[in-house]
Amino acid sequence: MIDALSNQPGPIEALATEAEPIQRRTFWHRFFRRRNAVIGSAILIAVTTICVLGPMLWAKNPTAIDFLAFGKGPSLHHLMGSDDLGRDELTRILYGGRISILVGFLSMVIGIGIGGTVGAISGWLGGAFDFVVMRVVDIALSIPSLFLLLLLSVVFPPGVLSIAFIIGITNWMRPARLMRSQVLSLKPREYVEAAHAIGSPPWRILLRTITPNAVAPLIVDGTLLMGQAIVTEAVMSFLGFGVQPPIPSWGNMLTNAQTFIVSMPWLAIFPGFMVFVTVLGFNLVGDGLRDAL
Amino acid sequence: MTVYVARRLLLSIPLLFGITAIIFFLAHHLPGGPLAMYLNTASVTAEQLQHLTVQLGLDKPVYVQYVEWLGRAVHGDFGRSFADGRPVLAVIFERLPATLELMGASFALSAILAFAVGITSALRRDSLFDYAVTVISYAGMSMPIFWLGILAIMLFGANLHWLPTAGMGTAGQPYSLSDNMRHLILPMCVLAAFTLAQESRYVRASMLDVVGQDYIRTARAKGLAERTVILKHALRNALIPVVTVMTLDAAYLLSGALVTETVFAWPGMGRLFYDSLREGNYPVVVGIAVMVSVLVVLLNIVADVLYGVLDPRIKYH
Repeated sequence: MIDALSNQPGPIEALATEAEPIQRRTFWHRFFRRRNAVIGSAILIAVTTICVLGPMLWAKNPTAIDFLAFGKGPSLHHLMGSDDLGRDELTRILYGGRISILVGFLSMVIGIGIGGTVGAISGWLGGAFDFVVMRVVDIALSIPSLFLLLLLSVVFPPGVLSIAFIIGITNWMRPARLMRSQVLSLKPREYVEAAHAIGSPPWRILLRTITPNAVAPLIVDGTLLMGQAIVTEAVMSFLGFGVQPPIPSWGNMLTNAQTFIVSMPWLAIFPGFMVFVTVLGFNLVGDGLRDAL
Repeated sequence: MTVYVARRLLLSIPLLFGITAIIFFLAHHLPGGPLAMYLNTASVTAEQLQHLTVQLGLDKPVYVQYVEWLGRAVHGDFGRSFADGRPVLAVIFERLPATLELMGASFALSAILAFAVGITSALRRDSLFDYAVTVISYAGMSMPIFWLGILAIMLFGANLHWLPTAGMGTAGQPYSLSDNMRHLILPMCVLAAFTLAQESRYVRASMLDVVGQDYIRTARAKGLAERTVILKHALRNALIPVVTVMTLDAAYLLSGALVTETVFAWPGMGRLFYDSLREGNYPVVVGIAVMVSVLVVLLNIVADVLYGVLDPRIKYH
C-alpha cells in the first residue's frame, strides 16, 4: 500500500513528465493529418533513401564510360539510358542527388545559422546595432540573387563546399528578419522578465529562454530554404557556374541536354524531374510544418 | 505623397552606396584581376598591360578606385566594355529593350492570369477547379525554370515544330512584329510560370479573406449584382496585399530572365551578364549588376507607393 503510494508521482512531477509528450503527440498528429505534409514527407524520404543507398545497390561508376552504350535509351542494362559519353544516367542521377541534398542541407545550415544568430542579436540589442544590421539586410536583398550568386561563384574557388557556402551566405536575410521579429515580440513577455529577475545573464536568457520559443518560423523557413537551395545549385550548375564536371549534379547534367534534345530526350527529362520532385517535397513539408506548428 | 517619395529616394542613396561597394569589391577580386580578359591574348604584351593598368587607374588602392569609379558612375560613365571598347552604358542600353520586353510580357501574362484563376478559384472554393489549381500551382512553384524551358523547347520546338525556340526573330529576315511575337511566346510563358503559380495563390487567399467580410454581406444585402460585389467591392480590397507581392515578383523576374534568356538565346541583359562573366568582361558585369540592383530598389519604392494608392487608410509620414 505504501509502496503503491510512493510510486505515484506528485502533481508537479506529473505535469513535467506528461505535458511534453502530449504536446509533441498533437504536433505530429496535426502534421500527419494534412495530406500535403504526408505526400511531401514520403517524397523526401524516398529521394533521400534512393540517393544514399542507391549507389550501393546499383553498383556502377558515375564517370565510367561504356563504349557499347553511347547515348542509348533506357533499357534493362541502363535503366535511365546512358549519356553522350556512354555513362550510366541512373548512377549519375543517384550521385548527383547526394551532391544536391548535401548542398541543400549545408546552405540551409549556413543561412539559418547566420540569419538566426544575426537576427537574434539584432533584435535583442536593438538601437544602432539593429539599425545597421537591418540596413545591411536591405542592401543584400536589393541585389537580384542570381546575379550576386554568379559573381560570388567566380570569386570563390570552384567546388561543392564553395557552392554550398555561397548559397548559404546569400540566404541569411529572411531568417534574420524572422528571428529578429520573434525576439522583439518575445522580449516583453513575463517569463523573460522572470528570467531577468532571477538574475540570468543576458546571453543565457537569449539562448535558453527566448530561442526555444522563437525557432518555429525558422524551422519552416529552413525547410523551404533547403528546397530553394537545391534549385539554386541546379540553376548555377546548369549555367556552368556551380558544381563542375566530372562531378555529376542534377544541374550540370542538364547543361548539354539541349544539344541532344531530339536524339537523347531522356537526358533532359530525368535530372530535371528529380530537382522538381525534391523541391516539391520540401515545399509540401514546409507548408505542412507551417500549418502544424 | 510627393514628400514621401522624395524621402524614400533620398533614403535609398546610402543603400546604393552599399550595393555598389559590394559589387565593385567583388568584381575586383575576380580571378585574374580586372584585366583577366587580356591576359589570355597572346597579342597583348606585358608593357601594354602595364600601360593599361596605369591608364585605367588599376595601380591605385581599391577604395580610391571605388570612389573614382563612383564619381564617374553617377555621371553615367561605367567605363568601356573590354570586348569592343564601347561605353558600358551604351552596350547595356542596347540589350535592355529585349529584357524589358520579355519581363513586361511575362509580368502582364502572370498578373492577368493570376487574377482570373485566383478569383475563380476563391469563388468556387473546394471545387474540382480549385483543387486542380492548387495542385498545378504547387507544381509551378517547385519547377526549376530552366528545366521548364528545356521541356518547352523539346515539346513545342523540337517535336511539334510549332514555335521557334531561339532568339528574338528569324535570322536573315527583316524585323516584323508577328515574327518577334512568335519568338516571345515560349520564353514568356516559361518565365511567367513561377510568378503565376505564386500570385494566383495570393489572389485566392486574399479574395477568400475579403469575401468573408461584413461589408461584402452588406453589398449583397443592398441587392447589388454579384458581378459588382466581386469586381468593385471585393477585388479592390483583395488587391492590396497582392500588388505588393507582384511588384516584388518583378525583382524575381530579373533573375529569372537571366536563366530564360540563356536557355532561349534571347539577346537581353541577363544573357549579356552571363556572357560577360564568362569572358571576364568586368566593366560590363559591374554595370549590369548595378543596373539591376537600382531597378530592384526603385521597384520596392513603387510597391510602397502603390500600397498607399490602393489603401487610402495608410498615411505617409
